[in-house]
Amino acid sequence: MTTPTSSLSDAPSLVLDDVSEGQPRSTSPSDGPRLRTRVVRGARGWWRWLTSMRTALMLLFLLALAAVPGSLLPQRPLSQTAVGQYFADHPELAPVLDRFGFFDVFAAPWFAAIYLLLFSSLIGCLVPRTWGHIRALRAEPPRAPSRLSRLPRHAEIPIRNSAEQALDIAEEELRDLRYRVVRRDGAISAEKGLLKETGNIAFHLALLGLLISLAVGKLWGYEGSVLVQEGQGFCNTFQQYDTYSAGPLIDGADLRPLCVDLEDFQARYEPDLTPASFTGDITYSRTLGGADEQATIGINSPLRVDGMRLYLTGRGFAPIFSVTLPDGTELTDLSAPFLPTDPATMLSEGVLKLPDLGAGRDQLALEGVFLPTAQDAGGGLLTSVDPRPLDPAVAIVVYAGTLGLDSGIPQNVFTLDQERIQRGQLDRVGSANLRPGESLELPDGTSVTFTGFKEFAALQLHRDPSQLSVLLTALAMLAGLTATLLVRRRRVFVRPGGMGADGSDRRAMVPGSTMLEIGGLRQGGSTDPTEFEQVVQRIRTALADRKDP
Amino acid sequence: MSDAASLAGLADTLFSITILVYSLATIAFAVEFAFSREATVSERDKERQPARSGASAEQIGQIQVLNPTRSESEPTPRAQFASRAGQLAMGITLIGAFIHGTVLLLRGLAAERIPLGNMFEHATMVAFIGVAGFLFLAVRTPRLRRVGLFVLLAVTVGLVLNGLFLYAESGPLVAALRSRWLVVHVTTVTIGFGAFLTSGIVSALYLVRSRFEEVGEGAVGLASRIGRRLPDAATLDRAAHRLVIFGFPIFTFAVIAGAVWAESAWGRFWGWDPKETWAFISWIVYAAYLHARATAGWKGRAAAWINVGGLAVMLFNLLFVNLIIAGLHSYAGIN
Ligand code: HEM
Repeated sequence: MTTPTSSLSDAPSLVLDDVSEGQPRSTSPSDGPRLRTRVVRGARGWWRWLTSMRTALMLLFLLALAAVPGSLLPQRPLSQTAVGQYFADHPELAPVLDRFGFFDVFAAPWFAAIYLLLFSSLIGCLVPRTWGHIRALRAEPPRAPSRLSRLPRHAEIPIRNSAEQALDIAEEELRDLRYRVVRRDGAISAEKGLLKETGNIAFHLALLGLLISLAVGKLWGYEGSVLVQEGQGFCNTFQQYDTYSAGPLIDGADLRPLCVDLEDFQARYEPDLTPASFTGDITYSRTLGGADEQATIGINSPLRVDGMRLYLTGRGFAPIFSVTLPDGTELTDLSAPFLPTDPATMLSEGVLKLPDLGAGRDQLALEGVFLPTAQDAGGGLLTSVDPRPLDPAVAIVVYAGTLGLDSGIPQNVFTLDQERIQRGQLDRVGSANLRPGESLELPDGTSVTFTGFKEFAALQLHRDPSQLSVLLTALAMLAGLTATLLVRRRRVFVRPGGMGADGSDRRAMVPGSTMLEIGGLRQGGSTDPTEFEQVVQRIRTALADRKDP
Repeated sequence: MSDAASLAGLADTLFSITILVYSLATIAFAVEFAFSREATVSERDKERQPARSGASAEQIGQIQVLNPTRSESEPTPRAQFASRAGQLAMGITLIGAFIHGTVLLLRGLAAERIPLGNMFEHATMVAFIGVAGFLFLAVRTPRLRRVGLFVLLAVTVGLVLNGLFLYAESGPLVAALRSRWLVVHVTTVTIGFGAFLTSGIVSALYLVRSRFEEVGEGAVGLASRIGRRLPDAATLDRAAHRLVIFGFPIFTFAVIAGAVWAESAWGRFWGWDPKETWAFISWIVYAAYLHARATAGWKGRAAAWINVGGLAVMLFNLLFVNLIIAGLHSYAGIN
């Protein structure tokens, strides 16, 4: 798809013969047009359109254009909440956009259609070009054109040696300069820079490989995320993840065994409270009941085992409460992760739901905020002033009633269902700001005590079977690209004056001297016009040095 | 006052001085531009068409010889003055670039890290590479000096805006950015961006110039006033292309390095985060530029438009995506 029409720029057409045009050659119209049905002709025309440079260019633009809404509209894979918000803000427009896949652009059929077209265009260009290039690699440089003076670069050097010797010397010099050289009919054809085309083909082949690798990763990859408190753990099964996504060709049985426990979590800050590092010490085993291994994971340093990668992607606090019921029953160590809403101060929001307080009792819910370093903001309000847990506190509101957890509708673990409060299924029964050890008495005699907090980490496990091949194909692309952009293809032809097929434009020759005629040609792209001069200069010096005695 | 703070303070002072020096260079380039010979035939074209230095203002290819009687070998006092101004401008630019580089160096020393931790530093570095790219071109092809006015003007205005709106104190990096990949990814992004910056400006000038060459003497407006003094279109086109050829593989590498880093920082090598999406878009646009330059009917003006569009996309990615959309790449350092 790149540069198939790149010809040796400004070249007279006589030397273009073997430069691949990149288009699949159509067979000459004379071979049996009667046999060809219109369908075949139509298909050929379509194929020719698809594999033309212009089409590739258009498809590239379309692809870029198609990616734009993916960054301007909220995307489901990035944030469900943002998409929900968009639906709330634009109730008319959102469903229409949704129908056309605008909230998951990169999985939308029309996006796939564009890159599949591009993919076919790429294959269509690449196959004939690859063959053409292999042929060119085997073939000798083309015959010297009859009039070297018509090439874009041209020079003449007077020689005193015999024509044969002069050609020998020129040939030697050109070989030294790493040209591929042939001598035919008393002229030299030399060529250099085939690596340009090799690089180009390598780049586009690697691009194909990259797309294929990406597809493999999508089909057979999976990922799951889970919040884990210090001292707890999880195993690699879909049931244990809070959320997960998996390629269509993977099922639960394909998941490799891995169990992880979070022993300790640490957050470190600079004096100005810039977060410096987050690390988690973990223990993991790769077989059920297998030997435990230790590791520390952190930002920028995941655990890599058996093709799986485990990341620490976030952190937060889980306040701990104990509840003493009126009959004296004490429930301890009750906690739930609260989500940080402000990373700078780690002010976190959440809810602890207590559905099992005994038969006949109301269920309880503690909704509120956790403040790692609380400060009185006046009027009974607390704010957090430091992300480190230096002086923790909670501000909670307690609700009693029925939580509706068994209604079958999945609930968000971080918020209460506001509708249940409005419908009176949950009643507000108390509120307080608590420091560790402080309690809140509810009207029915139940007492709620804030006893402390734990830290939790957000862990994510990924597996992408094609990740390595994505990297390798990307690097191959880069190598091919660099070669094709930096290498220049050029040809040099040398012929002693007066020996050309037509000597019509020969200058009047100085008696006893001959001319060595040199012509040069280079392929488009950025070029250094002095290179031809260098070649000429080298030949000139070599000729002068080795003049016949 | 700690060492770091005084280094950072010095960097701030030098930043202002850089702007001052670049303004002077801009003025000197403007003088050269105003006094330079009107439309010239490029060296190359003279070489290719040795026989045609006739007195008539006839079309030679696309180039009009507007001042054919004055041969290049005997410069007028006016031309000499222009050329002096140009050399002076180059000298001032070189000094400016040196101070500009020192700003980055000092900020790096002050924070004990690579000076690419926030948008202010990033944009400062892009401008630096842009100027360096221009100097490289203008030293190799003196004709291109006349592009200096526009490159320096853009860089000066850009740096002023950068200082006004994106300024961030030199300081430590957030945890996510503490990685060797920061150095690899962000330096290469900036180098690529800097090359694209100058290339985009040159392509925009190419558009003006090629308009002038098409219309010739009858040109009005921009094409006439600016176009007639610019280097010939073919030279501009080649310069713009050369910079993209330099920048594109580096930018490609930067995206790959970004993906490698994203794999270890965020758990996936590519997730269509807005910044990634726009990096993808700019990559495609530059790929399209390279394709267009090799497609009949697209070379020339259409390709140049694509290159200008590529620069617009890069700037959009820097400004709009960092400041308005803000995804995981939330390192802008300003609130
Ligand atoms: C797929 C992966 C990535 C891609 C395609 C990508 C792309 C880009 C691009 C195009 C830019 C420069 C454009 C601009 O800033 O206007 C950029 C800048 C930057 N990226 Fe990335 N990036 C990737 C991953 C990452 C990762 C993992 C990090 C670090 C956590 C990161 C940190 C940065 C920083 C610090 C800058 C420059 C500072 C700035 O713009 O103010 N990138 N990236």
